[in-house]
Amino acid sequence: MHWTNALAMILLIGSGWEIYNDEVIFGWLHFPHWMTIGGGAEGALQWHFAAMWLLMINGLCYLAYGIATGRFRRKLLPVSPRELIATIRDTLRFKLGHDDITHYNPVQKLLYIGVILIIIVQVLSGLAVWKPVQFSELATLFGSFQGSRLVHFIGMALIVGFLVVHVALALIVPKTIGAMLTGGPEVEDDDRHSRE
Amino acid sequence: MPKTPSPSIFRPASGVDQSMLAEHKALLQEIDRRKVLRGAVSLGALTMLTGCNVTRTDSVQSVLKLISQFNDKVQELLFRPNHLAPTFSESQVVKPPRFNAYYDIEDMVPLDAAKWKLELAGKIKDKRSWTAQQIYALPEQEWIVRHICVEGWDYIGQWSGVNLREFLERIGADLTAKYVSFKCADDYYGSIDMATALHPQTILATRYAKEPITDPFGFPLRLRTATKLGFKNPKWITEIEVTNQYRGGYWEDRGFNWFSGI
Repeated sequence: MHWTNALAMILLIGSGWEIYNDEVIFGWLHFPHWMTIGGGAEGALQWHFAAMWLLMINGLCYLAYGIATGRFRRKLLPVSPRELIATIRDTLRFKLGHDDITHYNPVQKLLYIGVILIIIVQVLSGLAVWKPVQFSELATLFGSFQGSRLVHFIGMALIVGFLVVHVALALIVPKTIGAMLTGGPEVEDDDRHSRE
Repeated sequence: MPKTPSPSIFRPASGVDQSMLAEHKALLQEIDRRKVLRGAVSLGALTMLTGCNVTRTDSVQSVLKLISQFNDKVQELLFRPNHLAPTFSESQVVKPPRFNAYYDIEDMVPLDAAKWKLELAGKIKDKRSWTAQQIYALPEQEWIVRHICVEGWDYIGQWSGVNLREFLERIGADLTAKYVSFKCADDYYGSIDMATALHPQTILATRYAKEPITDPFGFPLRLRTATKLGFKNPKWITEIEVTNQYRGGYWEDRGFNWFSGI
């Protein structure tokens, strides 16, 4: 699921940049052609509206799985503010441990919850840009048509920002890459024994 | 305490073989961070390069085309025949509207209304052609709606003209046919689905902001539908055909999605 999502994201971001270039929101920002997917607007639109299915189907399966098995509740909740501050303090002192990669620290929890929510908003704003008349009720939520475009752009920027941090940190802690390929170490079911 | 596997359906029932991880633990810890980053960057660049080739491969193109056709069907299902596009007030209307064509505005060739005729073809009972005078004498309706271009820009326009459904009924068109197809004086062409043709906000526009449409915007006759992207609104129309044959369109035949509903 993670890698299907990664593929869909790369295709959507790369083709989205090409579509954006046709009518830029910010005069100073054009994405270099070599960074984009699709060759031109028509190809980029084909890629974007193909990868959108991959993202939506995979995303729905992921959400259904995470909710049904209790994975979200177990892994992402709760986020304790005290632990959050402690983690940030440890990080700044270079003391943050990654001994147990099966447990997310509060910063990770917040980031993962955040990016899941951003992707959901991104799908909604994408639908509002694609179908501002058929989904006019949804489009109203984002203001005007250009409002939906702006929200969709900001969502992209936040996801790209997340990706930069996410990929850099995964590379710094190579243990996690092994886990991503093998399915990860076995985990205890009971949360009470989970933390030091 | 006993360790039980997490309830993932993707995890092998017997658990993951840890020996492999253990074997490579030393190696993993040895990995130089900079080397990993460097490797990742070149791997990323490599995928980008192969991406260029993949994009041009015929099989990928045909899969993308199939998905685009599937998206036509999805949009047909999403289309709400009686759902009106948002309308706006006269004070929000942009004058003049924004020009769009497959060439620049300097290359636009104005039409002579006196010589112009609208030809009818296909599944239509009364195929007599129409003069501009006859068309401009038809009862008109007005819509102030948003024009959205596939490129991403938009403006609010005030269009009036004969309702396309009323016109099709008047000429005895077969309303069960699949497509309404248009030919234009500038060799542009395009086609729309019958459901869109029958939508209340689809008109054969003759006026903009109550004045006859000016030359760059399709004088004497153009299509204006509130439920499709800008390029699905042919200008300088010379022929309307009602047909079951898929006729594509100028941009559609160059890779843009055919239905292109909004």
